[in-house]
Amino acid sequence: MQDYRHSRWITAALLAPAGVFFVFLLILPLVVVLVYSFGARAPAGGYEAAFTFDNYLNLPARGKAFFNTLTLAPLGTLLTAIAAFPVAYILALKTDPKWRVTLLVLIMAPFWTSQLLRYYAWIMLLGSKGIPSWLAYIGIADLRIINTPTAVLIGAVYGFLPLMVPPIYVSLEKLDKRLLEASADLGATPLRTFFQVTLPLALPGVATGSMLVFILLMGDYILPQYLGGGKVFFIGNALVDLFLQSRNWPYGAAVSVALVLIMFLTISLYMRFILSRTDKRRAALV
Amino acid sequence: MRVYLVLVYVFLYAPIALIVGGSFNAGKQAMIWQGFSLEWYGKAFSNPLITEALGTSLYIALATAAISSVLGLMAALGLERVKGWLRTFFDALIYIAIMVPGIVIGISTLIAFVSIFELVNPALTATFNIRLQMGSWAVIAAHVLFNIAVVALLVRARLQGMDRSLVEASEDLYATPFGTFRQIVLPLLAPAVLAGFLLAFTFSFEDFIIAYFVAGPDVTLPIYVFSSIRRGVTPEINAVGTVVLVTSLLLLVIAQLILQRGNQARVRADG
Repeated sequence: MQDYRHSRWITAALLAPAGVFFVFLLILPLVVVLVYSFGARAPAGGYEAAFTFDNYLNLPARGKAFFNTLTLAPLGTLLTAIAAFPVAYILALKTDPKWRVTLLVLIMAPFWTSQLLRYYAWIMLLGSKGIPSWLAYIGIADLRIINTPTAVLIGAVYGFLPLMVPPIYVSLEKLDKRLLEASADLGATPLRTFFQVTLPLALPGVATGSMLVFILLMGDYILPQYLGGGKVFFIGNALVDLFLQSRNWPYGAAVSVALVLIMFLTISLYMRFILSRTDKRRAALV
Repeated sequence: MRVYLVLVYVFLYAPIALIVGGSFNAGKQAMIWQGFSLEWYGKAFSNPLITEALGTSLYIALATAAISSVLGLMAALGLERVKGWLRTFFDALIYIAIMVPGIVIGISTLIAFVSIFELVNPALTATFNIRLQMGSWAVIAAHVLFNIAVVALLVRARLQGMDRSLVEASEDLYATPFGTFRQIVLPLLAPAVLAGFLLAFTFSFEDFIIAYFVAGPDVTLPIYVFSSIRRGVTPEINAVGTVVLVTSLLLLVIAQLILQRGNQARVRADG
């Protein structure tokens, strides 16, 4: 029995397959991308061995894609969190327990329909024959939504609400309802209870959901492609163009490296900020 | 508050209503209703391009879900048994796999494989007359990579909540290690593995961007949908989308019922 528990062979056999996948399909390819990013474009497209920083020095040529991604991805995440919080709050605290799970599943269900088709439907809804033409009836004429940053933000909230609601719901549902009663008994207004008790305790859920949505938005391609219509494009659109159309692989590799570095940097800063907030909160409560 | 909730559901379901509505519309114009028809369903399922793409996607998603739930479960169990640098190393790999955007996974897999093929293909062609190229297998490999990480995290969360004394009791009662694993550990971890399987299946079935880079000549359903939207969509696509939606909702309900039954069985056993 002891032999089994401490057998290194069994441990190795359990970890080896995942290890092989991670090394050969994640680390090795990422190293290849890093090597390519210092290379040169072959005349016919693709890669030619070289050592140059030109690709990185040229990054500002795609500055617009970086700017759009770095403004609209955080903004989209924030708007999604703002839209999702009341939904999670109503479901977790103000709904009959009988209906809670069903209503939550209905929030998540759209995620099981083709993302491509749902965004395509939004092209029609936001296009000139859709919502803008209905608004024209009530006097708001000549409103153009499709292919603007607004359309991309609407799409972000639409696409990621189903992912943002569940983690917030879970943290609100776990919350000890007696804390809310205690706060009310001690004379706090509902608003004050919300900001001093409910919101801080729901913060881990908001943090988890926001991280998930942020990661997906930063690397998104379909959303800006469909609702930005080539006018509001992200880094993802630049990458598809560089790898599949203009076939400038070394430059595309440099853009990928920059995207991954930016993500690691923002996510670790964000994690540090959230962890310090929750630690302080815990210290204050103790 | 109620009003807000209703508005959110309208917001979420308006585009889906448009898709489903379009699939039953006799006309081709998306926003103009020309009467009820099932014509597009017949056309969709007699279109070999669509049925083939659907088959490819199902095959990729099933393989991904099966492989990544087994390997993810193994990795989580293995990680329980190690400490120190190896553990830190694997934790880092799991987080990198989750944090790196899908599009970068697609690109890096593509250029790494293509570089390897350029090296080995001349020799392979000369000796065995075969040529390696991208295809469904590369899509499965890239999807499994990401989903091993997801399953491992889910199983690990479940392991942390698991009652250790059950394992010890089983060992005290002279169960073999494999017996303990099959009769105690596996049933306790089953919900996490099932959740991981479903997530992996959904992720893989829905993924467009990774497959777009690495599928080579193979066409998955999202790739087919993408190209037909580019050419100008026909309601055939809406019909397929509707069938997929209804099927996945049914599977969701079945999974929910199975989980509920499992919980009830456990409550009975505990009582």
